[in-house]
Amino acid sequence: MHPLLTKEVGKKLLLLGNEAIVRGALEAGVAFATTYPGTPASEIGDNFFRIATESELYFEYSTNEKVALETAAGAAVSGIRAMCSMKHVGLNVAADPLMTLAYVGVRGGMVIVTADDPSMFSSQNEQDNRIYARLSNLPMLEPASAQEAKEMTEAAFEISEALELPVLLRTTTRLSHCRGIVTTGLLKPPETRGAFEKESCRFVAVPASARVRHKVLLSQNEKAREMACTSLFNTITGKGRWGIATSGIAYNYVADAIKDLGIQDRVKVLKLGFTYPFPEKLTAEFIRSVEKILVVEELEPILEDNLKVTAQTNGLAIPIAGKDPELFSRLYEYDPGMVREVIARFFELDYTSPEPVDIKENPEAVQVPMRPPNLCAGCPHRATYYAVTSVLREAHTEAVFPSDIGCYTLGLLPPLQTADFVICMGSSVSSAAGMSRAIDKRVIAFIGDSTFFHSGITGLINAVHNRHNFILVILDTGTTAMTGHQPHPGVEITLPGWDKLYISIEAIVRACGVEQVAVVNPTNLAETKVAVKEALESNRLSVIVAKAPCPLYEARMLGKKKKEAFVVGPECNMDCTECIDTFGCPALYKNTAPDAKTTMIINENLCIGCGVCAQFCKKIRAEKV
Amino acid sequence: MENYRAYFTGVGGQGILLATMVLAEAAVCEGHNTLTSEVHGMAQRGGVVESTVVIGNIESPIISNGEADVLLGFEPVETYRTMKKCSADSAVISNSVPIIPYAVAIGKGPYPNAENLFDLIRSRVKQLITLNAQALAEQAGSMLAANIVMLGALARSGVLPISREAFEETIRTRTKVKFVETNLRAFELGFAAL
Repeated sequence: MHPLLTKEVGKKLLLLGNEAIVRGALEAGVAFATTYPGTPASEIGDNFFRIATESELYFEYSTNEKVALETAAGAAVSGIRAMCSMKHVGLNVAADPLMTLAYVGVRGGMVIVTADDPSMFSSQNEQDNRIYARLSNLPMLEPASAQEAKEMTEAAFEISEALELPVLLRTTTRLSHCRGIVTTGLLKPPETRGAFEKESCRFVAVPASARVRHKVLLSQNEKAREMACTSLFNTITGKGRWGIATSGIAYNYVADAIKDLGIQDRVKVLKLGFTYPFPEKLTAEFIRSVEKILVVEELEPILEDNLKVTAQTNGLAIPIAGKDPELFSRLYEYDPGMVREVIARFFELDYTSPEPVDIKENPEAVQVPMRPPNLCAGCPHRATYYAVTSVLREAHTEAVFPSDIGCYTLGLLPPLQTADFVICMGSSVSSAAGMSRAIDKRVIAFIGDSTFFHSGITGLINAVHNRHNFILVILDTGTTAMTGHQPHPGVEITLPGWDKLYISIEAIVRACGVEQVAVVNPTNLAETKVAVKEALESNRLSVIVAKAPCPLYEARMLGKKKKEAFVVGPECNMDCTECIDTFGCPALYKNTAPDAKTTMIINENLCIGCGVCAQFCKKIRAEKV
Repeated sequence: MENYRAYFTGVGGQGILLATMVLAEAAVCEGHNTLTSEVHGMAQRGGVVESTVVIGNIESPIISNGEADVLLGFEPVETYRTMKKCSADSAVISNSVPIIPYAVAIGKGPYPNAENLFDLIRSRVKQLITLNAQALAEQAGSMLAANIVMLGALARSGVLPISREAFEETIRTRTKVKFVETNLRAFELGFAAL
């Protein structure tokens, strides 16, 4: 049984923030869950995926966040409890349905999880999605711990049903990926069947009804503000004339700093968990009770601005500070030591932080090599990139490479350098279209399979229709590799019991109207290079589907073991380093052993036996394992 | 009770997140309030993987510079790179087996001498323990058990208030059934290595 399905009440589990959210949803009787995978939100969907196989819950990986949100909304307006989870930038994709779903509202509780990524551990930006609550006028909850993540998820469903509005639950990487002790409550069996009661003046958002519904939304917003003022998630604790206002993960850094600085008797803390609508009455009470306030929040000054507005509205004029060159930054995530130092500085406390070991001060001046992530040994993306770059080299042609979001973005690193422009999911195809109209060089775009389903298709239709001229390479590994091998509509290797329909990427590409389409196995270099040459020679839009399974996924799902090992023959002694200069597989490296007989050597543990290197270098050959 | 902070660092594929989980569960098993933090996403792509376990009356799951009580480094260069998490009072436990970064493998810059790095670390912290976790893991029956060897060494160091029995119980209940025997041997070898 899935551990999150335990019926035991009061059991203490060490859970990831994301797992705690799932447990909270189960305790709220969630019946329907959707997602598009994205770090740091992925484990929410991955747990629902497994749980759905042994419970009444319906779960799906949708093709993108907009689809996921609309699908969950369909269930929620039919009266059943639904959750939709995504990473922060996913909410940009889903912003269109979000804004008007707020107008029409829901009947069953609906919770939308947005997982932000301050410091951009695995994202293209660090936007602060608290702003979406303000933009959409939807309530937002922000847990500070795993236990709160569970409690707030459960509460979010109640709030959602009380107000008939979807509720946003916002986490950050640190909360999603921290583990803490969570005490289980009662599991609520899901009610999986609802009914859609027609009410076109509400649910059909045409101007006449939208004008009415906007008014309803604002009035629900005021009710939500009352709820926020009395919510148990919003508290004023401590005593003294100093004030600290905080929310989310930063609360923990504040709590530890107060203990470390020994100022428990001198500072009051306004901790907000139900952060939108902003609890003005509670905050005014807090502002009145202190002499100066420091606001501790990562990213944008949202609490700070709200505190300042509240102070002004209530005629209160005490110093309120947060984002300031001398205090907190709008950049990156915070840490406990930094928060403690700023608190000490703001309240003029004597404090010396522990002195970290400084390795830069070493007499020997040791240089430490960097260790950036790399495409795995045997990754078929590398083979595709090699085929493309070697054809271009042979043809003395230069190209620009719009790329997309996935493992294959790592192609930006030397020696491949096959990513020149990446902004968001699906942008490879459409930006290639624009570039191809603006520049004289050839444009070769790369997009992954899951990303193609997510948002590549509309761009491709646009490109065909408008007669744009570029080469699109779809890197099809048969799984959403980057985020942990989630399935997508084109997945072919599946677990027993998989009952979803397969959608062929090639068929979609042809149906979009692309006439020149090649499907190749990138681990066959000759075949792939022919397809690239043909695409380069033709003067029209062409698509190459480079199709080979992600070896990690294949090994995990099929238990596939390597059949051949590859070794460097003794004739590799000419100081030739072409393999690492052009291909760059991490299993191939320079032989620096004192008794080295060959220039290069293959790491037998890393090599998976794909054999691509042996196709361009005759000095490398196979051996039976 | 006192507060304790353990910082893990190493390279994707070394089982750092499993070791983090085992340590945290062992701490919970001892009745301690425990938090962890992990950075997911690059674990399988040869990048650096870092995680934390904090034990006691602490609410922040992450560890600021200079505040780790113990640094568990799974690779010499990564141990050295992460020294900023330590202060003069910290203990450091490091695997001695290098994993050559790709830039070094292709001849762009040298890999520093590991013994030299360890000397530099030794002169700056309270205690440095180094061990060949890979050899001990192989001796235990699987190269993959180097992470558990490291936990054995951590248990023996006595830096954290967690008994050997709590670790062993956690290994029995929280690691894959077919690896339990190997993991217990690996733990024992790490424990005996000091």
